[in-house]
Amino acid sequence: MDELLTGLLERTRRRGASEADAYLVDERHSSVRVRLGEVETVTHARGQRLALRVFAGKASASASTSDLSRDSVERLIDEAVALARLTAPDPVAGLPEPGECAGTIPDLGLKDPVGHALTPEEKIALARQAEAAALDADPRITNSEGAEFFERQARYAYATSHGFLGAYETSSFSLTVSPVASSNGERQGDSWYTLARRRERLDPPEQVGRIAAQRALRRLGARKVKTAEVPVVFDPETAASLIRGLAGAAAGPALYRGTSFLLNRLGTPIAAPGVTLVDDGTLPGALGSRPFDGEGLPVRKTALVAGGRLDSYLLDTYSGRKLGLPSTHHALRDGAGVGVATTNLYLAPGAASPEELIGSVKSGLYVTELIGFGVNMVTGDYSRGAVGLWIENGELAYPVEEVTVAGNLLTMFQAVDGIGNDLVMRDRTSAPTVRVARMVVAGE
Amino acid sequence: MTPGSVTREIERPERFFENRFGLTSSLLERLLGSALAGRVEDADLFLEYRVNEELVLEEGAVKKASRHVSQGAGVRAQSGERTGYAHTDEVSLPSLEEAARQARAIAERAATSAIVPVKPDRRPHDLYSLAVPPVAADLSKKTALLERIDKAARAADPRVRQVIAAVSSEDQIILIATASGWTVGDVRPLTRLSITVVAEEQGRREVGTYGGGGRVPLDFFLEEERWKRFTAVATNQALLKLRAVDAPAGTLTVVLGPGWPGILLHEAVGHGLEGDFNRKKVSAFSGRMGERVASALVTVVDDGTLPNRRGSLNVDDEGTATGRNVLIEHGVLRGYMQDRLNARLMGMAPTGNGRRESFAYPPMPRMTNTFMLAGQDDPEEIIRSVPYGLYAVAFGGGQVDITNGKFVFSASEAYLIEDGKLTAPVKGATLIGNGPDVLTRVSRVGHDLKLDEGVGTCGKDGQSVPVGVGLPTIRVDGITVGGTQV
Repeated sequence: MDELLTGLLERTRRRGASEADAYLVDERHSSVRVRLGEVETVTHARGQRLALRVFAGKASASASTSDLSRDSVERLIDEAVALARLTAPDPVAGLPEPGECAGTIPDLGLKDPVGHALTPEEKIALARQAEAAALDADPRITNSEGAEFFERQARYAYATSHGFLGAYETSSFSLTVSPVASSNGERQGDSWYTLARRRERLDPPEQVGRIAAQRALRRLGARKVKTAEVPVVFDPETAASLIRGLAGAAAGPALYRGTSFLLNRLGTPIAAPGVTLVDDGTLPGALGSRPFDGEGLPVRKTALVAGGRLDSYLLDTYSGRKLGLPSTHHALRDGAGVGVATTNLYLAPGAASPEELIGSVKSGLYVTELIGFGVNMVTGDYSRGAVGLWIENGELAYPVEEVTVAGNLLTMFQAVDGIGNDLVMRDRTSAPTVRVARMVVAGE
Repeated sequence: MTPGSVTREIERPERFFENRFGLTSSLLERLLGSALAGRVEDADLFLEYRVNEELVLEEGAVKKASRHVSQGAGVRAQSGERTGYAHTDEVSLPSLEEAARQARAIAERAATSAIVPVKPDRRPHDLYSLAVPPVAADLSKKTALLERIDKAARAADPRVRQVIAAVSSEDQIILIATASGWTVGDVRPLTRLSITVVAEEQGRREVGTYGGGGRVPLDFFLEEERWKRFTAVATNQALLKLRAVDAPAGTLTVVLGPGWPGILLHEAVGHGLEGDFNRKKVSAFSGRMGERVASALVTVVDDGTLPNRRGSLNVDDEGTATGRNVLIEHGVLRGYMQDRLNARLMGMAPTGNGRRESFAYPPMPRMTNTFMLAGQDDPEEIIRSVPYGLYAVAFGGGQVDITNGKFVFSASEAYLIEDGKLTAPVKGATLIGNGPDVLTRVSRVGHDLKLDEGVGTCGKDGQSVPVGVGLPTIRVDGITVGGTQV
């Protein structure tokens, strides 16, 4: 397959491109879904995509196809070259310097050599065990949206016209359970999951099912609360969404377009001194790791925020040049071209236990779920639907729903006055429990 | 061959897949027949070829252009509540046979029964035949359009700092073949113009967004100077927000403007009335058919048959012709949206709502164009009737928790109403409500029904599909507004 890339780039150059890069992903995935113990859906899939980016002088364009036949690949070259002739030249367009590319490709252990060998019956059994654990957890778990086991294996190859060629393989597995609890005519659903690059590192199915059931059960009896400005404690899942928002504003394309609330903030304090935000693409076996970025540059560990100060943006070569900065090796390649993405992003843990953080609140909200899209990345203004538990005198008192939490991401991060010691790298973005001193909770 | 020429050779989907991949109707029928007959209750094959193209302007120039070709096939076998689904992007007989074998494996242990013939009783519509589909339109015409938008926005006001404009176009060719021996195809053009304007004044920056489109030719944007109107709306929204005050927090009377605010219906009732959630009894609307779920002023329909609309389809992704389905009639719950599987299991008829993002996914019940019918009230009088509240005219996205019915949608342009008059613009805020309850609070319905401009995309279970919404001006007596002003 790698000859396909180098041959493609050679032919692209012959057709008038000054530089080009190409990316090929080849993947298989399958899933089984059971509901109330019965098999509901089984899927198998195989797919591939070849993406080409060409530079004609300082103008560029991208094209991709899932058809790797010779005719189709020739057409891909023609279309990309024709598109590039149409776009406006851009003085900073182009590949990174050859010397910046990864010299060696580290083996980060992203592929599971044995985990994919499950029979369909074994996958069904895993999903069944997880769902059964949820259904058996409590008589109030009366229904289910099912449990799903998913696995994927992929191979990524990337090559540039100036000689870089690299490839790596990945595996991922997940198990998700979505039970429904009901009591006195009220219905509440929730879900829980486990996700890993090696199947042996998935949480046991019984544990996933039990936690999913607990999450649905603790929502029963939920009510609205009165509108108030109070301390808000975000659980690790919802705290992770806050740092995702901050990272989104640190992305190069948003900065050079002027659509980020972190514009002109590099090197300045943007958060409380306890806030340290790290992106580390080098962690062995981790979900967000990769040996090189979408332009062939070696991934590394970057502190985005250190002690509350914005220390780094997230840049690819192009957005870096636009801002007069070097790439931070965060390019993400997809069919549409090159963007920017985090790898393994986490908020460094603090000293307090989550119980201490909740215990420190006299009257406030513990948030366990956020819904909607109410984040304005230009201003940082923040307003989202929330689900959680009301904190009264330091104790979780009763479930809350149909409320919003609102503020501004910058002022929220400046108002962080407690960070938990409970960081677990469950996903590509992870955080411990976080306490924000004051936010507006809107309800009745 | 130049970009764009590929769709011109297409006459009929049947011919297209036969010429390109050698897959004749009889071959497909034999594949489904021999692979699946006698073992499953329903089976189908979905062939897809799609071209996507996007041009993006930023900083005054079109610097990004991309074009993508996707093709593949999905084979589905069903037995009882079980679905086996396999897909491949290699469109060849051996790959399809392998996919059919994998899809069948799931059904083999179920009780065998004959395939139920599901020949559709309605003929496909003809809602969007275009002489020149948008992917085939001249590229220089597209770049010229984007450049005019950039100039118009910058000329409108010196506070405009950045304009990002994109025109994306798609052509999807599909062919559906079922084990009971019929095939149906569709060719679906789609285009969308998106405009983002950033304005700055004294260090404060704000953003305005607007756009539109549909299953229409590129010239749609030039007709009636639509591009100019879209640009003006986005620009004015950004400028207006520069002086927006904090939004109020708490439960308020809210007046929703016509058009895109119909996202309320999509989130509050639409998803909860999709057949799959109701068959599984996990929707807040489960078992409530025939009950009152809205004020008597409220009638809501889902209509996939509107010509050239973004959410419209000649046939759904299972080959069922789309329809106009009444969901709520004068406040009473009347209907669900169904695909074939859920209709069969619930003893109902398919409604033409079986949709999928692509060949890579099995279909499920989805909305098309969902809107509330017009009422009698004068929209201005509706605003005058409110002593204190919020008037919201533009929204970003929304989301719903199907099981407990709680939904949100986020206002991006809104004003305070004080003593029946619009006063200050307010900052964006999320509105949150309860689906089975919110429409019972509708006390006024305007005579100004408008459908949205054609920008909506709905996500469910990881699959995105284009949809439309619509609404007349309505007054809702009590919905929680997630502002910061206590």
